[in-house]
Amino acid sequence: MAEFCMPSLGADMKAATLIEWKVKPGDFIKRGDIIAVVEADKGIIEIEVFEEGVVDKIIVPEGKNVPVGTVLAIISSMKEPSETKEEKIVEGQVIEKKETALKLEPEKVLVQEKPVPPLPEVLEGKKHFKVSPLARKLAEELNIDVSTIQGSGADGIINRADVEKAAKERELKKKIPVTEKAKMPKEVEYQAGMRRAIAAAMSRSNRDIPHYYLETRIDMTRALQWLEAENQKRSIKERLLPAVLLLKAVARALKDVPGLNGYWIDERHQMKDEIHIGFAISLRQGGLVVPAIHNVDKKSIDELMAAMSDLIARTRAGRLRSSEMTDATVTVTSLGDLGVETVYGVIYPPQVALVGFGRISEMPWAENGMLGIRRILSATLAADHRATDGNRGAQFLGSMKRYLQEVSML
Amino acid sequence: MNGKTRETVKTTYRDAIREAIREAMRRDERVFLMGEDVGRYGGCFAVSKGLLEEFGPERIRDTPLSESTFVGAGIGAALGGMRPIVEIMTVNFSLLAADQILNTAATYLHMSGGLFNVPLVIRMATGGGKQLAAQHSHSLEGWYAHIPGIKVLTPATLEDARGMLWTALADPDPVLIFENSTLYNREGELSVDAGAVDIDHARICRQGNDITIITYGASLYKVLDAADILEKSGISAEVIDLRTLRPLDDAAYLSSVAKTHRALIVDEGWRSGSISAEVSARIMEGVFYELDCPVERICTAEVPMPYASHLEQAALPQTETIVTTVKRMVRKNG
Amino acid sequence: MNKQETTQKETDKISREHALHLLYQMLLIRRFEDKSAELYSAMKIRGFLHLYNGEEAVAVGVMQSLKPEDAIVATYREHGQALARGISAGAIMAEMYGKQEGCSRGRGGSMHLFDAKTRFYGGNAIVGCGLPVAVGLALADKMQGKKNVTCCLFGDGAVAEGEFHESLNLAALWKLPVLFFCENNLYAMGTALRYSHSVADLSKKAESYAVASASVDGMDILAVESAAKEAVEYVRGGKGPYFLEFRTYRFRAHSMFDPQLYRTKEEVEEWKKRDPIDTFAHRLIKQGLINDENIKELEMKVEKEVNDAVAFAEAGTWEPVEDLTRFVYSERKRT
Repeated sequence: MAEFCMPSLGADMKAATLIEWKVKPGDFIKRGDIIAVVEADKGIIEIEVFEEGVVDKIIVPEGKNVPVGTVLAIISSMKEPSETKEEKIVEGQVIEKKETALKLEPEKVLVQEKPVPPLPEVLEGKKHFKVSPLARKLAEELNIDVSTIQGSGADGIINRADVEKAAKERELKKKIPVTEKAKMPKEVEYQAGMRRAIAAAMSRSNRDIPHYYLETRIDMTRALQWLEAENQKRSIKERLLPAVLLLKAVARALKDVPGLNGYWIDERHQMKDEIHIGFAISLRQGGLVVPAIHNVDKKSIDELMAAMSDLIARTRAGRLRSSEMTDATVTVTSLGDLGVETVYGVIYPPQVALVGFGRISEMPWAENGMLGIRRILSATLAADHRATDGNRGAQFLGSMKRYLQEVSML
Repeated sequence: MNGKTRETVKTTYRDAIREAIREAMRRDERVFLMGEDVGRYGGCFAVSKGLLEEFGPERIRDTPLSESTFVGAGIGAALGGMRPIVEIMTVNFSLLAADQILNTAATYLHMSGGLFNVPLVIRMATGGGKQLAAQHSHSLEGWYAHIPGIKVLTPATLEDARGMLWTALADPDPVLIFENSTLYNREGELSVDAGAVDIDHARICRQGNDITIITYGASLYKVLDAADILEKSGISAEVIDLRTLRPLDDAAYLSSVAKTHRALIVDEGWRSGSISAEVSARIMEGVFYELDCPVERICTAEVPMPYASHLEQAALPQTETIVTTVKRMVRKNG
Repeated sequence: MNKQETTQKETDKISREHALHLLYQMLLIRRFEDKSAELYSAMKIRGFLHLYNGEEAVAVGVMQSLKPEDAIVATYREHGQALARGISAGAIMAEMYGKQEGCSRGRGGSMHLFDAKTRFYGGNAIVGCGLPVAVGLALADKMQGKKNVTCCLFGDGAVAEGEFHESLNLAALWKLPVLFFCENNLYAMGTALRYSHSVADLSKKAESYAVASASVDGMDILAVESAAKEAVEYVRGGKGPYFLEFRTYRFRAHSMFDPQLYRTKEEVEEWKKRDPIDTFAHRLIKQGLINDENIKELEMKVEKEVNDAVAFAEAGTWEPVEDLTRFVYSERKRT
């Protein structure tokens, strides 16, 4: 018996709408299967399951918005058919269990999604929202996500006035983009949600994380030459982007300097063995998503390129996997395409580092007493001073620089 | 209530009840009054003063201090074709007759399979506030309202003091009327042709939009005072006088709460297992999704009533408490 | 005013027809009660079941003097009184079955038999609670100028209740036409009279309220009939209430689940020698009024009546559950 719950897909996700069930009761499912599609502030996300068994009961129907941690379905393991039956008969027990599960959610999430640390804000987000019955009903009628509302009642209870206020605010927001995107109010709504999510994470980062910044310039001439030569041999479809080299270099450098790969949780620095790089992808309609590319250090250049292409395509289509939304151990932001010289990033909590890449531009460059024109990349590190110091950060940048200057090492 | 005429007369709650008894005695010869000190003494609260002279000892019957038996005799007389009004001096002594009220009056119709109804009216004084201490200050009307088979009336206004009795006498089943003893001296204008009133419905005594305050009996006046004060703070309270605690007029307060989205119940009974608990539960059952904040209650503190005035007043629901509670609930100036 | 036990002199004058009537009624009660015990064991009857065996002479004797307009208020051991009053055995049995054809529609059961036609006001199962009701019924009759009497039956246990004292006092005070008929079977459930009463002569308690009183052998049907008749005449004459103690004995247990630890088998056997039915039958035979054949005929008639009652109960129907909350308040309007 297991409960399939609305996963937490980010520190700031508090609720999501279940869009589609990919399974029905009686279906056999195995670990890793995509069994549901949900729509969170950040977009539409496919949810995978971490259990093996049979879908026993669908609890949350399609179209319903539920808080993180809500039991979406009951999955019975193959070994316990009798217990499943009992659960079916005794309705009350199921409900009771559900409540217990809700209370124990933090652990629950840990068990379900091993790689995801218990983010402090995730814990907060899992609290039952205190919403007056009237406000709850009203919010449902007005299609307002109560998790986005700040309660003004005693103990922060969300009351009717709060919902009405939120509805009014939404109306105002709607009116602005209506002229441009009259037919896309829903998307506007996502964006507003995403904006709020980013706002929450970034505010928290800025509030809690003492950043330090290091910058270095890297001569990318040889690396790019190698890349161009490599691409000559390839079909257009198989061509490599410079970003692949950057990601690979970051992964390698993190292997050398592991302190920057990991989390700061509960006043403790937790280094991670796996290197999952969150790769910031800006969306055409605005906003930003940072899905993770898993185990970058273990992927070949080609594998990495394939993973990246797939990820960008799926991100823009709004079809990311839940683990991709939560697993990143470090973030890479590359804004060179937009002409930015240098990136001073804001760390995505609870990560402890963000690597920023600016534009690669031709510059006069002195090397071994010789002046020449080189293609130079500005690379920065924003790091959490609670987890590491500048010395370690410098080691990292130095290591990364070496890899990019000696492509053969990649 | 009746609105028959605008002509009114100044009277008291006590006189209104006496007038109701007098009218009933005149209208129906089956009606008689019996109880402790109702005749020669004129009634402990002077309600029946003068009635012995007018109707004689056959119909205004002084009884021995035998609550169980004169209540039981009231049941028997009702079964035998009479329309007795039994006066129990105060609710405190009604406990000596609780067996007859609960085990006989309330059960006869049912355990006889509908054969024998008991058209009995029992009146009694109730409530605290007069420094009568722990054995003479109970408010057990909510407790009696627990019992199926009887009806429980709590007249708060002159109209109801005047009008509920006749309707109760016309009822085929046992009716208990609880008269809060602090109300007997209450003065007011009453229509000269005031008469029988409905006993099936609660009454909205004051219209409002921000909160519904549900009460009954003497607390009504504290609630109305509070509503006046709240109005000055911009809070509009709807005040409901339940009037009848059994059967409760659910529709009246549920529809009001559905309008105001907040409910406060003021009950002179003890909080645990009280009529306020019942009303609160029914609000949850009936209009849960209309509530914008938890239902709250102001009840008498759960102590036997102390003698000292300041302690007694602290134990009873008070206007100031109602005001601050409502402000907190509505969260204006709270 | 305490009248000593009535002699048997007058009994010689009894007519054969009346003798057979009394005997039949007692036999009917006895057989009905035995059948009830059987049906209880077979789980046809549930709840409490208090049987009347041994006390038949009281109910039968008392009812002879009452008119149809008079009221009866009885206790939870009231099958005998109900049968003697004329409520049909079928309606009583159906009541105990819980069927809607029962005299209380199955809402009352064994302890709460009611009948409007015979003014049978229960079936009151809180010891002593019937006395005030009887006082009130008598008050109503008196105030309405009716010449009815109210016959209130209760046990020796009720005499210890406050309501007994309050009721005798009030009835005497207001000179109400109430017959306080005490069936003294010596046990308040399992506690013997001597452990309950400081004054074991119960009629003395009535005397203290200036209530006319007498004691009579409750095992002698003719003595009961005669004493009751005298009491009824007194009360109907407007002289106020009357207290009559019937010294009787319960042959069966208090209720069905009672191991009777409080009395000896010998005591029960001793009392059974005074069985009101046997002694009366023997007396009638001895007097030549009836013979064994007549008794057999009566017994067959009784057997049939009881069997018919059981058949009636068996054929009865259950009240629909949808009607559960009926009879909490009257269905008729205010008048």
